[in-house]
Amino acid sequence: MSTDLSHIRNFSIVAHIDHGKSTLADRLIQETGTVQDRDMKAQLLDSMDIERERGITIKANTVRIDYTANNGQDYVLNLIDTPGHVDFAYEVSRSMRAVEGSLLVVDSTQGVEAQTLANVYQAIDADHELVPILNKIDLPASDLDRVAEQIEDVIGIDASGAIPVSAKTGQGIRETLEAIVEHLPAPTGDADAPLKAMLVDSWYDAYLGVIVLVRIIDGKLKKGDKIKFLSNGTVHPVDRIGVFRPEMAVIDELGPGEIGFLTASIKQVRDTRVGDTITHDKKEVEALPGFKPAQPVVFCGLFPVDNAEFEDLRDAIEKLALNDASFSYEMETSAALGFGFRCGFLGLLHLEVIRDRIEREYNIELITTAPSVIYHIYMRDGEMLELHNPADMPDLTLVDHLEEPRIKATILVPDEYLGDVLKLCQDRRGIQEDLTYAGSRAMVVYDLPLNEVVFDFYDRLKSVTKGYASFDYQMIGYREDRLVKMSILVNEEPVDALSTMVHFDRAEQRGRAMVEKLKDLIPRHMFKIPIQAAIGGRVIARETLSAMRKDVTAKCYGGDATRKKKLLEKQKAGKKKMRQFGKVDIPQEAFISALKMDG
Amino acid sequence: MQDDWQNAGFGLYIHWPFCSAKCPYCDFNSYVADHIDEDRWVRAYIREIERIASQTSDRILKSVFFGGGTPSLMSENAVGAILEAVGKNWRFTNDIEITLEANPTSVEASRFEGYRAAGVNRVSLGIQALNDPDLKRLGRLHSVAEGLAALEIAKKTFERTSFDLIYSRQDQTLADWETELRVALDLAGDHLSMYQLTIEPNTAFGDRYKAGKLKGLPSEDAEADMYFRTQELCADRGLCSYEVSNFAQKGAESRHNLIYWRYGDYAGIGPGAHGRLTLGGHRFATETELSPMGWLTKVEKNGSGEVARSSLSKQEQGTEFLLMGLRLAEGVSLDRYSHLTGSAISPSVIENLSELGMVRLENGILQVSEKGRPLINAILRDLLADQ
Repeated sequence: MSTDLSHIRNFSIVAHIDHGKSTLADRLIQETGTVQDRDMKAQLLDSMDIERERGITIKANTVRIDYTANNGQDYVLNLIDTPGHVDFAYEVSRSMRAVEGSLLVVDSTQGVEAQTLANVYQAIDADHELVPILNKIDLPASDLDRVAEQIEDVIGIDASGAIPVSAKTGQGIRETLEAIVEHLPAPTGDADAPLKAMLVDSWYDAYLGVIVLVRIIDGKLKKGDKIKFLSNGTVHPVDRIGVFRPEMAVIDELGPGEIGFLTASIKQVRDTRVGDTITHDKKEVEALPGFKPAQPVVFCGLFPVDNAEFEDLRDAIEKLALNDASFSYEMETSAALGFGFRCGFLGLLHLEVIRDRIEREYNIELITTAPSVIYHIYMRDGEMLELHNPADMPDLTLVDHLEEPRIKATILVPDEYLGDVLKLCQDRRGIQEDLTYAGSRAMVVYDLPLNEVVFDFYDRLKSVTKGYASFDYQMIGYREDRLVKMSILVNEEPVDALSTMVHFDRAEQRGRAMVEKLKDLIPRHMFKIPIQAAIGGRVIARETLSAMRKDVTAKCYGGDATRKKKLLEKQKAGKKKMRQFGKVDIPQEAFISALKMDG
Repeated sequence: MQDDWQNAGFGLYIHWPFCSAKCPYCDFNSYVADHIDEDRWVRAYIREIERIASQTSDRILKSVFFGGGTPSLMSENAVGAILEAVGKNWRFTNDIEITLEANPTSVEASRFEGYRAAGVNRVSLGIQALNDPDLKRLGRLHSVAEGLAALEIAKKTFERTSFDLIYSRQDQTLADWETELRVALDLAGDHLSMYQLTIEPNTAFGDRYKAGKLKGLPSEDAEADMYFRTQELCADRGLCSYEVSNFAQKGAESRHNLIYWRYGDYAGIGPGAHGRLTLGGHRFATETELSPMGWLTKVEKNGSGEVARSSLSKQEQGTEFLLMGLRLAEGVSLDRYSHLTGSAISPSVIENLSELGMVRLENGILQVSEKGRPLINAILRDLLADQ
């Protein structure tokens, strides 16, 4: 039996990273007895190791909570826990479409942050009712009045009914559950209409195949039903229906307003399109608006350190792609690094997560090349090419002009660090669009080239503001600029994996910084090594790594042979991990470290 | 067919693990003990000699070397008893070399005569520095004057005398070293060992270095300059740099150490001693118990101080052969390398290194050039990269 619509509440939680979203979710689950205390572990909904370790949520996760309210009636609460990070904004946006309301969690010691803003606007876009939660009231630095005022000023919603909570001690959890029942709207829908369900998410499970998360709009879904995906017309017999508590629990049917999963012998995640509309076979319903598919915006090369592991890497990447439709890949060959893949990601965190998973779950050591964005190259003959890899830059005489992707970046920062933030944005070719104050915090909006942000902008921002700034961005389109490909030559030979696109005016400065860095990163050899940065045939910066002068063991007698042999074996193994360019060995970390800018 | 070790011969190394004090740079297996029951130790050495000899009785011994620790802390009788046992168990070559490492204090010099009577015919003195403040910093218990007096006695007593110096010391300039080296060359006989100070982990210097408290060490460039200057000044006096840190007139090379560098066989006895023994067509690496009391009780209880004996693969033997042999000016035979390993060093690697002036290949002999000498570790990494 499905639940009556009036006794269902579907919601998500909007929060900045570290503001206690996962802990709050844990408490709601625990308070309602959904999970026995002995099964409780922190960040219950974050099932990936990387999620728990980094304290972030990557995939949307769902839990169904049974709750008996103060009015004595039983309710079903469906929580979709969403990622907070900008890289996974598309996950947030589609999850929001599947629920009617959100808890807006703000750390009462910190206040509103850039991510809170970005996510709350998505919730408002999705017509959500919002219940503000002021978390961490157990901490001495908690300031309820100031943060409530900030919510009203910055976000522009009424914070008078905000609930003070300590997810840590459990204070306010009951009140939160009551507020969900009282203030969030029940879903609407028609149980007798033909089935209409939204495909919210899908992922691959080694035992069950593809698992599809659905929100039922109208009608009922039962085991054995033949369902049809509207986007491609494919039909699948449903072999399992269930809900998350948060472990999978099989049930008989899902009715309107409910959220649950189905399996239907679907082989690949790519066969399911997130945002698609599902109905019964031979039935016609009007398609839901659907979601914009996630587009990769950051690209880099992934190469195995050991060339023999290329096939293992292919296998790992294919498996990961099965479960992550937002991640793209194509084979790439580099003169320097051998065979690998050019991969596209939603952002830098996404890149790091995928790289970590390959290294950890598949045990393949990787060389990651410098991240790059997609440039639009307009050729003289009118054709437009997408450039994913600077090494593929066509002959300049054939190029009319280049365009690069720009973003709108929103940064919230205590005013004492504002000067540093403005300088950082100016240094990264930013154009200031807005600067406003909310109390002692400034909100700056910049139009920035994505290229200047993908690499180490966030690290630099955190470092110049001692971690107090928060940052979010959205893509705003392409604009022409004077961009050139800068090549790096080591010992007179170009190293393709170190090529980058830079702005013409910054080329010399960037080139100098890179060759200086490389001089420190490349170990001394038996000969001196020129390291040059060049645009076309013109060298714009040069350093010389002087020759090694002494590397010999002073004493080596009969008792030393074993030890020296082992030392030599170790050094040989270290040398194997480097990449050879002509006669020069370059350590793998150089490919990323060389690009980091200190200023 | 003869075994590979026969290219270099067979020697015996005897390790005496005790010192009066531990020097801050030393990472050898050495200990300071209050009381040593010398008779008990001598009995144990003799048991070990008999054990090894039972496996190698047909061999002719080329050399015996007392190292340490500080073997000059042993009594003349102890050295005599050990050498007597050696003589009972192996035949000697006519020109057998019997070396003892000695500290140049007056007490130890007083035993030189007795050592000679026991059969020692070569001493190697740990002079280490020719200025008193530096001797103190190196933790040495003797003064320059005492060292020179001991050297005088040694030269009168033994057929052959060598001494050791340590350079690239804290706050030492090229000019300082050159002045000291000229004095040393005036004092030197036909053999001299000069080592650049190496900071080893798990030594007093190593700990201080890790804590950033070891100041004034010369830069890599300064070390290279001192190294090359040392080579030049020795060559001017007719002392050939026959090995990285060893200098001798022709024919005066340390025959014992040549066994190591030419990759011969050697038996190692005493605590923590290593050996290489070819038996039944296999070359074994042997190791004895490291701790002095542990070794002693093992020998007494089990009749053997050995704790490890592993057969070396072809590739390991090849690595050791190059690692040791390329330290010698005379170089190594590539034929011998191929016989050992069943494979050859990549000609293109040798060619690259030749072009850089690091090695020379003539008539199948591969030598590291004078220019390449201070870079042997890097050269070895290249030569062995594919092995």
